[in-house]
Amino acid sequence: MADFLINSLGLPDWLAWTVTAVVAAVLILNVIAGGALVFIWAERKIAARIQDRLGPTRTGGRFGWLQSLADGIKLLAKEDLMPEGADGMLFRIAPYVSFCASFCAFIALPFAFDFVGQRLNVGVFFVVAVLGLEVFGVILAGYASASKWSLFGAMREAAQVVSYEVPLGMCVVVPVMLAGSMDLVTIAEKQSGWFTSWYLFHDPFTFVIFWVYVTCAVASVNRAPFDLAEAESELVAGFHTEYSGLRWSFFFMAEYGSMFLVSALAAVLFLGGWNGPVPVARLLGLSEGTGDTAGYLVRLLGCGNLLLKATLGVLVMMWVRWTLPRLRIDQVMTTCLKYCTPIAAAMFAGAMLWQLALPGGLLRGLPSWLSRPAGEIREGWLEGPGGLRTRASTGAGDSSNVARVAP
Amino acid sequence: MTAFSGLSGQLSSPLVPLAAVDWHAAFFMLFAALACACAVAVVLADSVVRMAFYLVLSLGATAGLFFLAGAEFVGAMQLMIYVGGTLVLLVFGVMLTAQAPFVAIKPSTGDKLLAGMVGAALLAVLLQAAFRVEEWRRPAVAAATAPAPTATPLGMALLGMRVDDPAPGSTGVRSGYLLPFEIVSVHLLVVLVGAAYLARAKRRRTPRAIDVAASAVPTVERSARPSSSALISGGRP
Repeated sequence: MADFLINSLGLPDWLAWTVTAVVAAVLILNVIAGGALVFIWAERKIAARIQDRLGPTRTGGRFGWLQSLADGIKLLAKEDLMPEGADGMLFRIAPYVSFCASFCAFIALPFAFDFVGQRLNVGVFFVVAVLGLEVFGVILAGYASASKWSLFGAMREAAQVVSYEVPLGMCVVVPVMLAGSMDLVTIAEKQSGWFTSWYLFHDPFTFVIFWVYVTCAVASVNRAPFDLAEAESELVAGFHTEYSGLRWSFFFMAEYGSMFLVSALAAVLFLGGWNGPVPVARLLGLSEGTGDTAGYLVRLLGCGNLLLKATLGVLVMMWVRWTLPRLRIDQVMTTCLKYCTPIAAAMFAGAMLWQLALPGGLLRGLPSWLSRPAGEIREGWLEGPGGLRTRASTGAGDSSNVARVAP
Repeated sequence: MTAFSGLSGQLSSPLVPLAAVDWHAAFFMLFAALACACAVAVVLADSVVRMAFYLVLSLGATAGLFFLAGAEFVGAMQLMIYVGGTLVLLVFGVMLTAQAPFVAIKPSTGDKLLAGMVGAALLAVLLQAAFRVEEWRRPAVAAATAPAPTATPLGMALLGMRVDDPAPGSTGVRSGYLLPFEIVSVHLLVVLVGAAYLARAKRRRTPRAIDVAASAVPTVERSARPSSSALISGGRP
C-alpha cells in the first residue's frame, strides 16, 4: 500500500508510510471494537437460546441488534468510580494494559496472504508472548482495586496462567514444526489447497493436539469453564468488581479481542488460515500472489474466509461457555497440568515421529492435487545463489546434515 | 517498526519538517528514554507492585529496541521471558509473601548508599564500554515486506549448524549453541532449586503443641494408653 501511495499518488515517503501505518492500526482497532459489539450481541442471543429464552428483542428492531450500541452509550455515560483505598495509578492504567496487549498481538496476525500489519519472522512466538501480557492487566486490576474479590480473582488468574501457558506453548509448536517456520504467513501458505492439507488433518496427533489447543485457548482468554478470575457467582465479578463505565468496557473489549485472536490463530495454525476447505481461487485459475485486481480480490476472499473461521471459533467458545459448568481452581490446574501437558507432549512426539516416517501424510498415495507436496524447501534463504543449500551442494557444508534439518 | 526504519535513508522532500526527522533514531530515542525513565522509576517507587509495573514497562521498551534493531526473535524472547517472568515474580514473590495490603519498601540510608555505590560503579563500567565503541552502525534492515530470517539460523545453530558467515580469519570447527544452552538451563534449574529451598516453610523452633501436651502427661499414664499402632491393629496391646 505504501508503494501504491508513493508511486501512484506521488506522496512523499514519510507521509505514505504514516498513512499506511494509521490505516492498518485503525483497521485492527475496528476489528477489535466492532467485533466486540457484534460478539456481545451474539453472546446474548446465543446464551438466551441455549437457556430457552429470547434475549434482546426490542432495541433496534427485530433481533435487538442495537443492544450492544445501547450498552455502549450507557457505559459511556456511567460514572467512573475508584475505591478509596485503591492504588490510583495502577487502577486507572490496568484496563489499558489489557487492551494494548490484545491490540498489539493483532499486529503480527495475517488476515490474508499480504494482509498483515507487520509480517514477523517469529509471528507465532510474538503473538503468544504478547497475548500473555493481557494477564498482567488483569492482575494489576485485581491488586490495585483494594478489594478482596478482586484480589481473589487476580490470584486465581495468576495460578491459571502458569497452568495453561505450558501446554499452550507445546500445542503451538507442532504446526511450527510441520511448517518449518514461525512465520504465520508461511504456516498458512503451507496448508493451501483442499481441506485435506490443513494441519488439523495432517495426522491423528495434530487432530488431537488441536483440541488441546482449544482447551488451553479457552483458558487463556478467561472464558467459562475457565473464567475463574471473574466467577460472578462466587467473586461478584472477580478482578473487575470495582470497575465501571469505560474502563470496564476496555476489559471486555480486550476479552473479546483475545477470543477473536486465539480463534484466528487456531485458524491459521490448524485450519489452513485463509485457504478454504475448497480452493475456489485455484479452481478458477487465479493466484493470490499477483499484484493486480484479481489477486487483490482473491486476497479479500481469503480475508473473509479467515474472518469466518475465526468467528466460528468465537461462536464455539460461546457455546462452550453456556454449556459447561465452571471448574474449580484446582480442577483447572489439574486439567491443564496433569492432562493437557502430557497429552500435548505425547502428541508432539507423535507428530514428530509421523513427520519423520510419513512426511507426505497418509494421503501420499492419492493424486497429487489432493496430497500435500512433500519435502519442499522451507524458507527462501536456503535457496538462491548465496543460500545454504547452494553452499552445501558446492561442498562448503555437510549436505546430509542440511537435508536432514531442512527436508 | 522495520517499516519505519527503512525511511531514514531516503528523505524525499526536505521542505516538510517531518520528512527531515530520522525516524529510526527518533524511535530509538523514544524506546531508550522510556526504558531509562522506567528503570529510574523502579528505583524511586515505594510500592512493590508499582516497581514491578515500571519494571515491565522498562523491559517492554527494551523489547521495542530489539524489534527496532530487526532482532525479532530476541525481542519476542524479551517479552516472553522477562515481562512474563516479572509477572510470575510479582505474583509469587511479592503478593504471596506480603503481610500488608500495599507493601512499601523503605530502605535505610546505609542501604541507599551501598546501592548507589554499586549502581554508580556499574554505570561507570557500562559508559566506558559504550564510549569505547569505535563506530555506531544502524542495523541493516531489509524491505518491510520480506522478513529477515532471524529465527531459523538461530534454531539451526542450536542444533550445531552455524549458517552465519564466519568471521574473517577464523578457521576450524565452529561450535553450536547447544552446550551453552544446556549449561544455562542447568544453571537456572539450580537457581530454581535454591529459591525453593530458601522460600520453603521454615522448620519450627518451638515444639509442637501436641508434643508439649504429651510430655506434660505423667509417664505411667502415657505408657498405659494404647499406642497408635495398637489402635490401628484393633486395640490389642
